[in-house]
Amino acid sequence: MSQNDIVLRVDNVEAGYTPGVPILRGANIEVRSGEIVTVLGPNGAGKSTLIKAIAGLVPIFGGKVSLLDKDITGRPPHTLVREGLAYVPQVNNVFHRLTVEENLEMGAFTRKSGIARRLEETYALFPDLARLRKHPAGKLSGGQRQMVAFGRALMVEPRLLMLDEPSAGLSPKLVGMVFDNVKQVRDTGVTILMVEQNAKAGLLISDRGYVLAEGKEQLEDRADALLKNPEVGELYLGSKGGLL
Amino acid sequence: MIAQYLANGIVLGSSIALGAVGLTLTYNILNFANFAHGSLLSWGAYFAWLVVLVFGGVQSTIGPLSFGWPFILAIVAAALMASVLALVLDWLVFRVLRKSNIQVTLVIASFGASLLLRNLIVVVFGPEPQYYSDNIQIAQPILPGVRTTPDELFVVGLAVVLVIGLHLFLTRTRLGKAMRAVSDNASLAQVSGINVHNVVRWTWVVGGSLAAVAGVMFGLTVQILPDMGFNLLLFLFSAAILGGIGSIYGAILGGLVIGIAADLSVLFISPAYKPAVAFILMIVVLLIKPSGILGEKVQ
Repeated sequence: MSQNDIVLRVDNVEAGYTPGVPILRGANIEVRSGEIVTVLGPNGAGKSTLIKAIAGLVPIFGGKVSLLDKDITGRPPHTLVREGLAYVPQVNNVFHRLTVEENLEMGAFTRKSGIARRLEETYALFPDLARLRKHPAGKLSGGQRQMVAFGRALMVEPRLLMLDEPSAGLSPKLVGMVFDNVKQVRDTGVTILMVEQNAKAGLLISDRGYVLAEGKEQLEDRADALLKNPEVGELYLGSKGGLL
Repeated sequence: MIAQYLANGIVLGSSIALGAVGLTLTYNILNFANFAHGSLLSWGAYFAWLVVLVFGGVQSTIGPLSFGWPFILAIVAAALMASVLALVLDWLVFRVLRKSNIQVTLVIASFGASLLLRNLIVVVFGPEPQYYSDNIQIAQPILPGVRTTPDELFVVGLAVVLVIGLHLFLTRTRLGKAMRAVSDNASLAQVSGINVHNVVRWTWVVGGSLAAVAGVMFGLTVQILPDMGFNLLLFLFSAAILGGIGSIYGAILGGLVIGIAADLSVLFISPAYKPAVAFILMIVVLLIKPSGILGEKVQ
């Protein structure tokens, strides 16, 4: 598969929690195979709504979402895992009362085979989890929990992994670790779409980025260009010098 | 003397524990306190009674027990029929109201359903108490100072087997783990590929079956009455809340604690106060540990 194959296309999507009150107002996003794409934007721009609408958790009123050229608009969330979509929510992204291993097994719920092999691969990617496999996920630290959340999502070997603010609520040291993990995951061949509040850290590991405001993308560019873009700097830091 | 009441408490606690597990399961997965759960106990007891009647009542018995093999079959049939009843109830009443997102609607609706189901029993089966068997059982000494009937030992044994079975189901099977996952975090379960509607249906089957068995156990050791489930409801809620609402093992432990406390209280006050004792115990535990014995802090 070539680098330019489109994994996800969001076409003029309108979505929201209440009919008649769209939060997304005609958003367009494209993610190509092997990319890390970050969606930035101020609070209330509709970043999380975008990811939830793709995952089938927020009703879509108009437009189209296609995953690997297949129309998935408005499909129930549990059917999308089989299509190659995995999603890590921002909060409550592990099963607290289940052990680490059971969390990973739930990630593989739709798999018919290869679960044991995939478990070993996940433990190889996150060695800390192997040691903690019998511990309830709710008792782990924030960083370890984030690893469980990633691991759960990766159990199905998804084509597209969606992350909702993976760095939210973590200490600066852990933020670096989480983004290292994101890069590592991409290097195993998974395409990544993430929403991030921490614009600089997110863009530094991304290939491309979108700036979302008022439910619509306002800007699309290569990540390094966005980092230098004075408009983006102004949006996030109130300075005109860009994020770098 | 105390040992005897302790033994009685364990027998009562066995029924309460099984009933409370179903209550806590539906509470956790569907997010509402189901007042109709007691009616599932009563209906389960009457379903089994009906099956025993169809087999022409109790004729030959198994060893010292008061019943024969048809009764074992009747327990299984009652579990199946109560599951169907729970599914129908969910489909007719709760499924529609779940969309409203107002929890109190579900609670009140379940209360209404509970009244309806209780009175339906009076219409169908009559108000007088029934028994599975006319055989009189004499309590035998099993330990110094403790006498129990063979039926009571059967009830405790069955409860132990079912609790172990439930534990294995929840921790070893794919469906059981999915049930725990949904109860833990339904939206995360959905995005993991678990069909939550399907899991909800199985929850009714498990909860309904355990309620039916609890009802049969109570009917066997006490009597079958249209009001039995309704009267036990207070014990079930106390047990589930005392153990930590949402915790399955807490509900089992809570059931035993409530059963034993209720029967031990007879040493000090009139048996009429048994439900009050259950409730006071629940309040005391919540004052000391607000999340219940095995409950987790709300995140």
